Amino acid sequence: MSTELLIWLLPLPPLLAFFFVILFTNRSKALSHTLAVGAAFLSWLGSMIVFIRAIQQPHFGEHPFEMSIPWFPTGETAFQIGILIDPLSAVTLFFVAWTVLMIFIYSVGYNNFGQPKGDHDLPGLPPHGATLTDEHGHSHKVPSIEPMYARFFAFIGLFAFGMYTLVISNNLLTLFVGWEIMGLCSYLLIGFWYAKPSARAAMIKAFITTRVGDVFMLIGIAYLYSQTGTLSYREIFYNEEVLHTLATTSSGFIGLSAAALIGILLFIGTIGKSAQWPLHVWLPDAMEGPTPVSAMIHAAAMVSAGVYMVIRAYPLLSAGYEHGHLTQPMMLMAFIGAFTALFSATIAVAQNDIKRVLAYSTISQLGYMIAALGIGGFVAAAFHLITHAFFKALLFLGSGSVIHGMEHGVLHTGEHVDPQDMYNMGGLRKKMPVTFWTFLIGGLALSGFPLVTAGFWSKDEILADAWGHGHIAVFIVLALAALLTAFYTMRQITLTFLGKPRTEAANHAQETKWTMTLPLVILAVFAVSAGWVGIPEEFPLIGGLIPNWFHDFVGGTLLEHPEAVTFSYIPLLTSLIVALGGLYLGWVVYRKVSAGAKDPLQAPLGSVHTLLKNKYYFDELYDKVFVQPAYWLSETFAYLFIDRKIIDGILHWVAYVSSIIGTFLRNYIDKPIVNGSADFVGEGTKRLGRGMRFIQSGKVQQYMIVALVSLAAFSVLFYYLISTTP
Amino acid sequence: MQFPILSIIVFTPIITGILILLIPAERKTEVRVTALAAATFALALSIWAYFGYDIPAGGYQFIEKYSWLPQFGISYHVGIDGMSAPLVLLTGVVMFTGVLISWGLDDRPREFFAFLFILATGVFGVFVALDLFMLFFFYEIAVFPMYLLIAIWGWKETREYAAMKLTLYLFIGSVVALVGALAMYFTSGLGTFDMLQLENAGFSTTFQRVVFPFVFFGFAVLGGIFPFHNWSPDGHVAAPTAVSMFHAGVLMKLGAFAALRVGIMLLPEGAKFHMGWIILLTLVNVVYGAYIAMVQTDFKYVIGFSSVSHMGLVAMGFATLNADGMLGAGVQMFSHGVMTALFFAVVGMVYDRAHTREIPRLGGFRKMMPLVTLAFIIGGLVSMGMPGLSGFIAEFPIFMGVWGTAPWIAIVAAISIVITASYIIRIIGRVFFGQVPEEFEGHITDVTVLDKVALVLLSAILIVVGIYPAIMTPLVESGVNNILRLLGGA
Amino acid sequence: MEIVSNYLLTFILFSPVVVAVILMLLPRDQENLIRWVAFILSFIPLGLSIALWLGFNSEQPGFQYQEQAIWYAPINSSYHLGVDGISLTMVLLTTLLTPLAILASFNITDRVKAYMVLFLMLETGMLGVFLSLDLLLFFVFWEIGLVPMYFLINQWGSEKGERELWGGRKMSARNYASFKFMIYTMAGSLGLLLAIQMIGVVAGTFDLLNLYEVWPSLSQPLFGLPISTVKAIAFWAFVIAFAIKVPVWPFHTWLPDAHTEAPTAGSMILAGVLLKLGAYGFLRLVLPLFPEQAKMYAGALGFLAVMAIIFGALASYGQSDFKRLVAYSSVNHMGFVVLGIAAAAFATGTEDANIALNGAVLQMFNHGLSAAGMFFLVGVIYERTHTRNLNDYGGLFPLVPVYGGILIFTSMASLGLPGLNGFISEFLVVRGSWPIMSVYTALAMIGLFFTGAYILKGIKMVLHGPINEKWVGHISEISAREIVVIAPLLVLMLWIGVWPAWILNVINRAVMMLF
Repeated sequence: MSTELLIWLLPLPPLLAFFFVILFTNRSKALSHTLAVGAAFLSWLGSMIVFIRAIQQPHFGEHPFEMSIPWFPTGETAFQIGILIDPLSAVTLFFVAWTVLMIFIYSVGYNNFGQPKGDHDLPGLPPHGATLTDEHGHSHKVPSIEPMYARFFAFIGLFAFGMYTLVISNNLLTLFVGWEIMGLCSYLLIGFWYAKPSARAAMIKAFITTRVGDVFMLIGIAYLYSQTGTLSYREIFYNEEVLHTLATTSSGFIGLSAAALIGILLFIGTIGKSAQWPLHVWLPDAMEGPTPVSAMIHAAAMVSAGVYMVIRAYPLLSAGYEHGHLTQPMMLMAFIGAFTALFSATIAVAQNDIKRVLAYSTISQLGYMIAALGIGGFVAAAFHLITHAFFKALLFLGSGSVIHGMEHGVLHTGEHVDPQDMYNMGGLRKKMPVTFWTFLIGGLALSGFPLVTAGFWSKDEILADAWGHGHIAVFIVLALAALLTAFYTMRQITLTFLGKPRTEAANHAQETKWTMTLPLVILAVFAVSAGWVGIPEEFPLIGGLIPNWFHDFVGGTLLEHPEAVTFSYIPLLTSLIVALGGLYLGWVVYRKVSAGAKDPLQAPLGSVHTLLKNKYYFDELYDKVFVQPAYWLSETFAYLFIDRKIIDGILHWVAYVSSIIGTFLRNYIDKPIVNGSADFVGEGTKRLGRGMRFIQSGKVQQYMIVALVSLAAFSVLFYYLISTTP
Repeated sequence: MQFPILSIIVFTPIITGILILLIPAERKTEVRVTALAAATFALALSIWAYFGYDIPAGGYQFIEKYSWLPQFGISYHVGIDGMSAPLVLLTGVVMFTGVLISWGLDDRPREFFAFLFILATGVFGVFVALDLFMLFFFYEIAVFPMYLLIAIWGWKETREYAAMKLTLYLFIGSVVALVGALAMYFTSGLGTFDMLQLENAGFSTTFQRVVFPFVFFGFAVLGGIFPFHNWSPDGHVAAPTAVSMFHAGVLMKLGAFAALRVGIMLLPEGAKFHMGWIILLTLVNVVYGAYIAMVQTDFKYVIGFSSVSHMGLVAMGFATLNADGMLGAGVQMFSHGVMTALFFAVVGMVYDRAHTREIPRLGGFRKMMPLVTLAFIIGGLVSMGMPGLSGFIAEFPIFMGVWGTAPWIAIVAAISIVITASYIIRIIGRVFFGQVPEEFEGHITDVTVLDKVALVLLSAILIVVGIYPAIMTPLVESGVNNILRLLGGA
Repeated sequence: MEIVSNYLLTFILFSPVVVAVILMLLPRDQENLIRWVAFILSFIPLGLSIALWLGFNSEQPGFQYQEQAIWYAPINSSYHLGVDGISLTMVLLTTLLTPLAILASFNITDRVKAYMVLFLMLETGMLGVFLSLDLLLFFVFWEIGLVPMYFLINQWGSEKGERELWGGRKMSARNYASFKFMIYTMAGSLGLLLAIQMIGVVAGTFDLLNLYEVWPSLSQPLFGLPISTVKAIAFWAFVIAFAIKVPVWPFHTWLPDAHTEAPTAGSMILAGVLLKLGAYGFLRLVLPLFPEQAKMYAGALGFLAVMAIIFGALASYGQSDFKRLVAYSSVNHMGFVVLGIAAAAFATGTEDANIALNGAVLQMFNHGLSAAGMFFLVGVIYERTHTRNLNDYGGLFPLVPVYGGILIFTSMASLGLPGLNGFISEFLVVRGSWPIMSVYTALAMIGLFFTGAYILKGIKMVLHGPINEKWVGHISEISAREIVVIAPLLVLMLWIGVWPAWILNVINRAVMMLF
């Protein structure tokens, strides 16, 4: 089978799975997840084949797998859509395929397949557990199966379809299609337990917030299309003169070039999708969804899609960029990225919900990538995107596993504690060893533990780029963020796994099934090894042992290959210090937190801690500034005032006036004047009656007489009148 | 000589009328049957005449001419052209349906039908007359029974007053017109009342300008032109149903037609001179009539004033003196005749059952009389100029004609369309839909088969003409061309 | 068959009337018989128009299947029919929606016969507008459509509700709505009527194909006014008539009332087809007859369109009545149609204009599908709960999962989710009008954003949230008949979203010929 055809087919299996499950197999749980996982496996298989063929291709950057067909006519021409696998999408495809497959498998266990039906579980609510009575007759609670099991797999199937479409497409429009389909799925999945008001709010928040970005992105796409007459990557991003013209034509908007304006518009899309400040608010709430969803949306697929898109559009964003002098979009990205990285890292420090910590850490890591791109670190951004996808997926799934273990404990003990609050955990190391070790690996990778973990290499490359290109400010901010990252990661690990169990539930926590642990193990492998493909040549000791394959390969995506920055010890040492220092601090501070204790930082930080704990009050702020006014504007202003009062008021007034006119004419003109005179005559006729009847008798002569008389009278009058007029 | 179809049409009614008077008063059924037979016969003949008219040939056809009073140059001279042919048909239709719906009339039907038929003869006569004297003769024949019909069989409250008022208006009108007619007679020097000759009498411009107002207004009074329209609503209200149908459906056309035939066709120069301001009066008719109809609460008054408004359109069409306007006016005379006959038939049916015409007190009649409701809705749509029905076919060219002469008048007049729509919709909603007042619960019966036949016939005509105007417009157009010739091309 | 193919349009146009006549002959009390006859026979127009679609050659320029017959000779108006790509799509939409609407009205029990007859009359009225190539004929059908719709709203509309007029005068809601619909539209058509008369007098013909030649090139002054003034006035007369029908802000307030009161099927047709008449008028009459004026006033039109988009979306978001919410969404969506038209009018002939018009026409079709679907779904839930108040719903998803899924699908189509039909058309409109009217297009994005807001509000209030005990056991899942009604729409939404070429090819040709 030709590679192009194979690529066309990649997104199909999950889509078919979606339709099959929705339409036919939604009654049967086993069938549904078999279909879904099978579909994910097929896509994975195809992706691997494509990936292998891709890396075997010499000069793959120049000769990618590409193919396109006309989609619909636009005037004389037709709009083309198609598939493109070039180095960038190849590597993206690689991590997407893996993570997606892992998440699918994990979901089987996570949704308690094989467990009994819940006692009083309802669709739209998380399973509450089922009571089993063993042969000795005393009953105990066990986790129950997800009531909407089939639906879950249908949705993630659709989601996978969206992601594959986005990756393989060769143009911005079909990318946008996949982009929005994922948006829909994230909406459906975040609100999977729609009966929970919190989930219901979160799903809408996620969709609306990202939509803010999307509409800007749509404009950007339209603008780009109208400027270039195409949306295909190769024809725009891989085409010197198009980029040049875009960079030189003015957009007529605050002195930006067309390229800059388009770039910024597209980037706003990413801000929404990748939850960058100021549109980051939706992502933490999105933790309402089931954990595999969090992994899918917030690590592997959707948020990465946002970054993927800007990396894809990098040639446009950087059009007209010489060293040391960034284009406006790049400055914006550098600023937003760096700021977000630090900003959300600080929030993550003060969160107690195991998943929320990861959520903010995700935002922060995405900020890293954006910042990297902003300072021209194309490869670094792509590199971190991939490594992050692996270890963050791992962490999310790990946290899910932890929560599951905790829930088991909660059900077992009947103790009413929040299974997601890290302060209720502790000492899980012994209870859930696999989860612990994999989580540890993930955590170390996230904090960039030197040499072994993938996170180290990618993060180090970003810092190196920042330093090498002389963006010291960005460098410092990112370094600080890295420190905090290491700190809160260690905090999380310590609170969760180390020390003593702080609750009965934690004490009765239990390792999860293989369907959940196996994906953890596999992802852990990547969380370590994924970094080794991108070790800089000049790196002391081990540098050059393995070629910096990633840089050469992905760099090939661009027209002129980016050269790796000259090696320098400062960034290296910095990343070593921040990583190890952060980890150490985290361990020191949190290693002996006893049951019911407050956060050790609460006292020293004081009000700052509250501020962080409340995420700088952004939700409250937005509610006041955007949400409430929107309500007022729509209901009170647009509907009640404009439509009902003004417009309808005018209409009613017109009707009113015309009825007035009618009454006036009848009562003041017709009756008194026209009628009145007639009635006057009418009275007269009563007396004239006799004479009239005599005339009515129709004697011609008398007629004549009467007529002649009146003729004389009238004609004299009129003759005078007419003869005077010419 | 050919078959004297017009004479037969004209004299069938009056002869029948006399025959009816010979039937003993108590044998009402025979009276009715005779009447219906005669009406059917007349209708058949008028249909024949209508479709027998040879459009390409144009001009006056089915002509009959016999000398009558040679010393005065008066002759019996009849014939129809494209303008009068539809009106003859109209009269036939209204007469037929009028008889049908008066079937139930129990108070001295013998005299009633006799008078009604004399009236009919008068009307037929005016439409076919080609001799000025004959025209007046028939005109008076038409007007005189009206008085009795209203005064005897009319609505108790106002019949004396209305009958008197109507007769007075029409009498004065006809006298004034007669003045003009005699003026023509004497001035032409031809010593004849024959209109075909008078058409070419070549009156001096000054003379035409002087005489035209006499003739035109003399007859236009019967056409209900502002400010001489007021007899008509009162007359409508007072008259018994069949008479209202004749009255609004045919008599008012009589006025308009005579004003056209005698005024415009014999005195074209006068017409050209005066129409500039007459069209303003017609504009008042249209808008003013509509506005007043909107605020009436008496069902019959609403219809009365609406026909004032619609007849205003007829006059307006004539006043344009151009092909489109005349064409529209010609069709409108027919369309409005049928429509308003339908209206008054419906009003009568409702009144006979509810014994009130106060719109607010009526309601929900569709439950008792669905077909009547449907018929009224069709009529209503016609009167609001809804496309696909005859009203649109008629009004559209009138407006086009007005565009040709005074655009702003067209714009102002167009308001009436919406006003009409609003009150028609109001009536439909109030009278036929909505809740049935408990006073009517139970004892409101549906109309008889004969009534239904009448309604169906009238509605069918409105629809056919609306959907397939080719059935009428070429005929009228030929008549219009004849008029335009007299107006000197244009 | 020869005769059918020669007079195909006439057959399409009048087959509904024939069906109506057949219905009239059926006994009144045989309600089921009437329903089924109406439903089955209403496939005749559909079948014929599918045949038309297949027989239509989209490559060949000009109008096809033309027919001409004598109608009103004395004023040079004839019975002249013909289709091009634009009218073809609209005809297909009409004939497709009518059977569905009829099937959707099977639950009507009051005067079924009259109801069905009116419905078929309505279909003929709408088809006539799309098919006629004679200005007068166009107006005839334009107005005829009002009457059945008036009675459908006035007689079969919802009984509840009152509307306050001036001075505390009250009026039952459906009377108010139907009266407003009728009178407002008629008043709007007055200008159109006068303008048509004026054109007829001046040009001496009503035949569109001649008028396309004669009227725009007319240059001598009229009625003592410079021709440009006369044309400008006539242009606005046309525009206002069509703007009310579309409806364009601020002429839109009749729509929410009419929709809210109309019976379900009535709303389906009203939103699905009737609104398109206005937009079609723009395409068929305004653009070809008044190119300069259209260009001159395109800015104003675009502005109104944007206002419609924004305020439509806002007002929709502000609703607590489900049906009214959907009604306002029509204002919002049709705004995009007008925006595309305005942009195209401004830059006639450019590729951008073509794209914008493609988008506009496709948006007409798409909105026909999604709006009809939405109104139907509102009807389905209303029939079960007898309330339209969003606050009374909530948590229905577990009770009606299938309905919920369908509702979400349709909502997403109307939201313009990529992969479904709405997206293609909205993207084309945005793409087309961006280079021509950048600011307006940018502003329109606010509307697009709130589109998301109100759609999600609808879903949230109806389906999501804690299960509402009030409805447990009182509410039944969507029935097979109702699924049959909605299914074709869903299929089309998906089909157009995935493969728009099949319909855009036809539209594209016609649009390019427009200039």
